[in-house]
Amino acid sequence: MTRLSVPKTYKLAIGGAFPRSESGRTYEVLAADGSFLANAAKASRKDARDAVVAARAAVAKWAGATAYNRGQVIYRIAELLEGRRAQFIDEISRTEGVSAAEASAQVDLAIDVWVWYAGWADKYAQVAGNANPVAGPYFNLSVPEPTGVVAAVAPQGVTGGSLLGIVSVVAPIILTGNTVVVIADERAPLSAISLAEVLATSDVPGGVVNTLTGSPAEIMPWLAAHADVNALDLAGAGGLDGGSGASWVDLQLAAAETLKRVLPPVAGVPRPALERISAFVETKTVWHTKSML
Amino acid sequence: MAFLEYAPAPESASILNLKAQYGLFIDGEFVDGGGEVFDTISPATEQVIARIAQADAHDVDRAVAAARRAYETVWSRMSGSDRGKYLFRIARLVQERARELAVAESLDNGKPIRETRDVDVPLVAAWFFYYAGWADKLEYAGVGPNPRALGVAAQVIPWNFPLLMLAWKIAPALAAGNTVVIKPAETTSLTAMLFAEILQQADLPKGVVNIVTGPGATGQALVTHDDVNKVAFTGSTNVGRMIARQVAGTQKRLTLELGGKAANIVFDDAAMDQAVEGIVNGIFFNQGHVCCAGSRLLVQENVHDEVVERLKQRLSTLRLGDPLDKNTDIGAINSAAQLERIRTLSDTGEGEGAERWTADCRIPDKGFWFAPTIFTKVSAAHTIAREEIFGPVLSVLTFRTPAEAIAKANNTPYGLSAGIWTEKGSRMLALVDQLKAGVVWANTFNRFDPASPFGGYKESGYGREGGRHGLAAYLEASGWDAPAGLGSASAPAALVTAPAATKPAAKPAKKSTRKGTAK
Repeated sequence: MTRLSVPKTYKLAIGGAFPRSESGRTYEVLAADGSFLANAAKASRKDARDAVVAARAAVAKWAGATAYNRGQVIYRIAELLEGRRAQFIDEISRTEGVSAAEASAQVDLAIDVWVWYAGWADKYAQVAGNANPVAGPYFNLSVPEPTGVVAAVAPQGVTGGSLLGIVSVVAPIILTGNTVVVIADERAPLSAISLAEVLATSDVPGGVVNTLTGSPAEIMPWLAAHADVNALDLAGAGGLDGGSGASWVDLQLAAAETLKRVLPPVAGVPRPALERISAFVETKTVWHTKSML
Repeated sequence: MAFLEYAPAPESASILNLKAQYGLFIDGEFVDGGGEVFDTISPATEQVIARIAQADAHDVDRAVAAARRAYETVWSRMSGSDRGKYLFRIARLVQERARELAVAESLDNGKPIRETRDVDVPLVAAWFFYYAGWADKLEYAGVGPNPRALGVAAQVIPWNFPLLMLAWKIAPALAAGNTVVIKPAETTSLTAMLFAEILQQADLPKGVVNIVTGPGATGQALVTHDDVNKVAFTGSTNVGRMIARQVAGTQKRLTLELGGKAANIVFDDAAMDQAVEGIVNGIFFNQGHVCCAGSRLLVQENVHDEVVERLKQRLSTLRLGDPLDKNTDIGAINSAAQLERIRTLSDTGEGEGAERWTADCRIPDKGFWFAPTIFTKVSAAHTIAREEIFGPVLSVLTFRTPAEAIAKANNTPYGLSAGIWTEKGSRMLALVDQLKAGVVWANTFNRFDPASPFGGYKESGYGREGGRHGLAAYLEASGWDAPAGLGSASAPAALVTAPAATKPAAKPAKKSTRKGTAK
């Protein structure tokens, strides 16, 4: 007699908790063959705003942690992902309709991307910052600092990207101390929510990564116009519908109101790159007089 | 002669050999503009100094075309070392003509000759000298191997440091291999015209730098032009917002250097003599026409009375008047419009309940003047504690604990600069970490250097000017390749409208409803 399985309820991840959408809405996640997989939470404006509050509250602790500590926490994500490969391979192959081998390769890449970025945590400031030889008796140093709260759209509908896409967006944002509200791949959100469960058990403080499922075209305009969001990563926003006022250009226009930093869309999954780290830091330059003995 | 009265010691304006009228500088020549010629006046006397051509959209088009031609046929093909040699030449020519430039700047802008002579113009030369050396070392700029120039840079600069802002913009752009069309502020075009003469003396290839003069509309035509690759703007946050909207959806790279409302934080253990000098320099340097001015003094409560008393004494010794007089500390306000804004905001401060104190000094009959003013009993909610006044007006607030100082300092949408005065190094560094500001001066204020990055957090803009970071703003990163084995999935083309596939928007997608003038 076969055992009756126990399916998981996929929820949002906000501030270290896993709530349903406050709106009570869900939408069907379908397998590549059109069969029913799960009801994902359909995040609302209120959920997005709650996520920003959680992200903002988490900035001080996460940005205040040592870079060595952040590096270890991010490395631990890779460790835990490795231990839960089977679950991710299953979710990826079901939602994307790819073979187990292809799904496995994607999980490998996702793990390696975490490891690559983890190593940057305590080196980035040395590469991006420097002492400045000013013409006067001053100690002068420029260092990168996190910009704050980033709202991001994970790559949408990219075969081979339902897990790798969100990892490639989130890792460079958080490694310098930013926190993020990320909207998962709308049609294949299952591995993103499972990733949130990995994050919750990887010593990533609650609120550092807030994962929303639902329609980026519906949620993103609220985030782009939110005055407590410092930057947008529009990686997966390239295909959003302009008719709904949520094209990436509309989002950039909304971002201009509070002069948010904006990283434009990319085709596919963003490749691991230093530029993705640099897009979400501020350079702080400190002068101190050396002439007061 | 009474104590602290000085005989006049004016710098002679005879060093200047000004023309009655200046044209636009396009493709290496001075040419007439399509718009109506306008006067540039001395804000200290309201007398006309010269007449300036006004560029219309057609002129901007010509200037951009000249810059594009120069980029494609000359500048992008020239070796980095040769580009650097032109910049070194410019630095030397600025030094040779330094006094002339200082006098012209004081005359046109209203700022004291002491500042143009000792700060503005020496920094202009330093900026070109610094970036000259970068021109053949771009692979060390930190943006990856084989960095490339962006193309044609459209630059719009304010009136508070006319020639210095021009240098901040042009030097890194040219070093990186871009060509330039720059628009000076409407009220301060004069030194840009002298700079055009310097470019002719340097024999800079024609079209590499083009200067279009005129009002905000000229700047708008420039930043919205289809054929520019980079927009760099220094000025008010409102205009910055408008430009960010106009550039949205295009492939233009954008850096914005916008407003500020800096906190200058004074602890009770600060070296008081230096702190008082620093506060004065922080807000009364350049008549307070400084985006990074220390316009909010946060003073620890137990030394508030002492600091305010000392400030009043010190301000009473400042000499306001003829900008060309070598003894002048406070020059003229740059324009009637700016003076009106300072007056309005100061009246609002008084109306909202802050206590006003103004230094007792003689105000000349002609020109635009505002005596150094301090507001005490200011609360964080007051307009004068929130809005950028851009004048010689200091708002004094108090705090008890470092945590309160940090909270008050960061309580602003701006994040350009901050100052800290304390003898305790550990506290200073702890504060530095917490302040949301792009530049933090500790036991000093208002220091600038071409090697030192400058720029803001939050609504003070994005990007940095100065140093290696300022150079990177004019370079396209070819980027370092993703590590082997970390390549990634590609998308079905139909799903993605990436910027590479999007045509630059010919017109701003939405009209701004905000008004504001560049400053």
